[in-house]
Amino acid sequence: MPLVEIRAVDKAFQRDSERVEIFNALNLDIEEGSFTALMGPSGSGKSTLLNLVAGLDRPTSGSVRVAGAEVSAMSPNQLAPWRARHIGFVFQQLNLLPVLTAWQNVELPLLLTNLSRKERDERIRLALGVVGLEDRMKHFPRQLSGGQEQRVAIARAIVADPTLVLLDEPTGQLDAKSSQDVLALLRRLNDEFRKTIIMVTHDAHAAASARTVLHLEKGQLIERQGAMA
Amino acid sequence: MKIPLIYNLRSVMQRPTSTAFTAIGIGLVVAVFIGMLALANGFRAALTRTGSDRNALVLRRGADSELSSGLDREAVSILAASPHVAAGPDGRPLFSAESYLLIPLSRRGADTNTVANVVVRGVAAAAWQVRQNLVITEGQAPVPGRNEVCVGRTMALKFPNTDVGQALRFGGRDWAVVCHFTAGGSSFESEVWGDAEQFQPVFRRQGFSSASFRLADPAAFEEAERALEGDQRLQVDVYREAAFYAEQSEVLGRILEILAFLITSIMAVGAIFGAVNTMYAAVAARAPEIAVLLTLGFHPRSVLLSFLVESALIALVGGVLGILLVLPVNGMVTSTTNWASFSEIAFSFRITPALLLSGVVFAAVMGTLGGFFPAWRAARRPVVQALR
Ligand SMILES: Nc1ncnc2c1ncn2[C@@H]1O[C@H](COP(=O)(O)OP(=O)(O)O)[C@@H](O)[C@H]1O
Ligand SMILES: [Mg+2]
Repeated sequence: MPLVEIRAVDKAFQRDSERVEIFNALNLDIEEGSFTALMGPSGSGKSTLLNLVAGLDRPTSGSVRVAGAEVSAMSPNQLAPWRARHIGFVFQQLNLLPVLTAWQNVELPLLLTNLSRKERDERIRLALGVVGLEDRMKHFPRQLSGGQEQRVAIARAIVADPTLVLLDEPTGQLDAKSSQDVLALLRRLNDEFRKTIIMVTHDAHAAASARTVLHLEKGQLIERQGAMA
Repeated sequence: MKIPLIYNLRSVMQRPTSTAFTAIGIGLVVAVFIGMLALANGFRAALTRTGSDRNALVLRRGADSELSSGLDREAVSILAASPHVAAGPDGRPLFSAESYLLIPLSRRGADTNTVANVVVRGVAAAAWQVRQNLVITEGQAPVPGRNEVCVGRTMALKFPNTDVGQALRFGGRDWAVVCHFTAGGSSFESEVWGDAEQFQPVFRRQGFSSASFRLADPAAFEEAERALEGDQRLQVDVYREAAFYAEQSEVLGRILEILAFLITSIMAVGAIFGAVNTMYAAVAARAPEIAVLLTLGFHPRSVLLSFLVESALIALVGGVLGILLVLPVNGMVTSTTNWASFSEIAFSFRITPALLLSGVVFAAVMGTLGGFFPAWRAARRPVVQALR
């Protein structure tokens, strides 16, 4: 059974008096342990699709299932703890709370678990180690480079060991070198730690890091094999 | 609460100016709130401490104050002989028949035109033992039969010619000031005391206003009350002294309290709007942060709580500020006309720990109220909208 099952999903937004259809009877399977890049022109609905999977938005009709749970049917009250348990999310920017240190930012998802202080500390150290920022844990976001900020955000997305890691244009604001670091990190998370990853990007180079590349165009998904496959 | 407090603390410190203005607004309200209640409190305390539970006060039947009461000499001697009156160490009854007079006196200071009614209390020699907490702080008690008076501490502060050794003129005569006294902060401290017999011819009064005596058995007040009120020769009402003076403070104390609540409620509305503004601005500026918290799986309830706490935190700073502002008035003496007797009564602002606590609670309430709608908006805003 696929980890993510999207079935017959319609999504429309109301803009002024106009109804804008984004998806029409969209279907998609994401397998456990996969690394999928989601490409497509701006406005094609990439973020919307990611938000549906994360339970941040709900489809107009159809069903979104993640790890057997019907996300599209959950109430906001059920979604919050579900997201804490299953989803690690990284935005294009402004991921970190500016008044908290890297360490404190990474700790946030763990505050929603029952882990003891000691267990939390171990996990944070591990996550910051994986992204290569052990020496920056006392730094505030403004004291970090853009690439370092995104790596802290990734550390935060994996620290609670979620079912799925979702990234919305994680390299969109980064220079080439920082992008490379982030992409290498994601590949390693997939290879070494078997994390299931869905990454939205409009950068073909970034998409090449994934095993599977999906193109979203006019509400339809077209699959192409990634460079690594 | 799952969102760490440090997040709110640091966020608040990121915007010191708006935080300070909001806190100062709340602080002013808290200062006025505590100040006015301290006033009511001090006023009550002054009158409540005037009476003792061990004493009974006798007034003419139907009289509601010492001013409107009168007792003739016959009634006074019957009362003094009652078995309910305790005896002093010398065997004489602890009983003081008193005359209660109001005289207009000019206040101390440049503006000598302000005249206030001062209570001149003619007392028996026993009064110094009967009445509550009396301490002569300077000089000697007036000698019966002489034109001598003793002046209460706050009275001495506010009126001229009241030093020991000076002569105080009233009733067409000079009275030698022979002592100062305190009475535990009670309204007696606003009075001038002298020998009742000396005042009688001067004020052309026969008899007395009231009588105060030490109960032979404080537990047997009801018995004494029944016996004396039942005596047809007397026609008197008997009160527990403490209860009587407390009652006298009730009306003005209540009015001061109502005023305190009215004035501070009006001010509080302004302060709450200040908090609303600050918090709306905070919520708007931190939309991406709120989206991140909700995306991480923090419950909307936690976000609501977090912003409420932040608002309450600012308000608490305001509360502490208000306390610091108002504390210096503690013990400061002021005066007013006691409407129950039309006399000048001095009393001090009395700030108690309970008042301080209620000021802090009041601040927190203002902060929470002001923070509620902004916090609600923060928690309810859909993440996808905040992200766009
Ligand atoms: N909350 C919303 N309300 C109205 N229109 C929206 C909303 N979210 C997205 N859209 C519209 O849906 C389309 C897809 O948006 P999005 O998923 O953000 O695209 P992408 O991420 O591929 O650039 C766009 O035309 C966008 O304007
Ligand atoms: Mg997008």
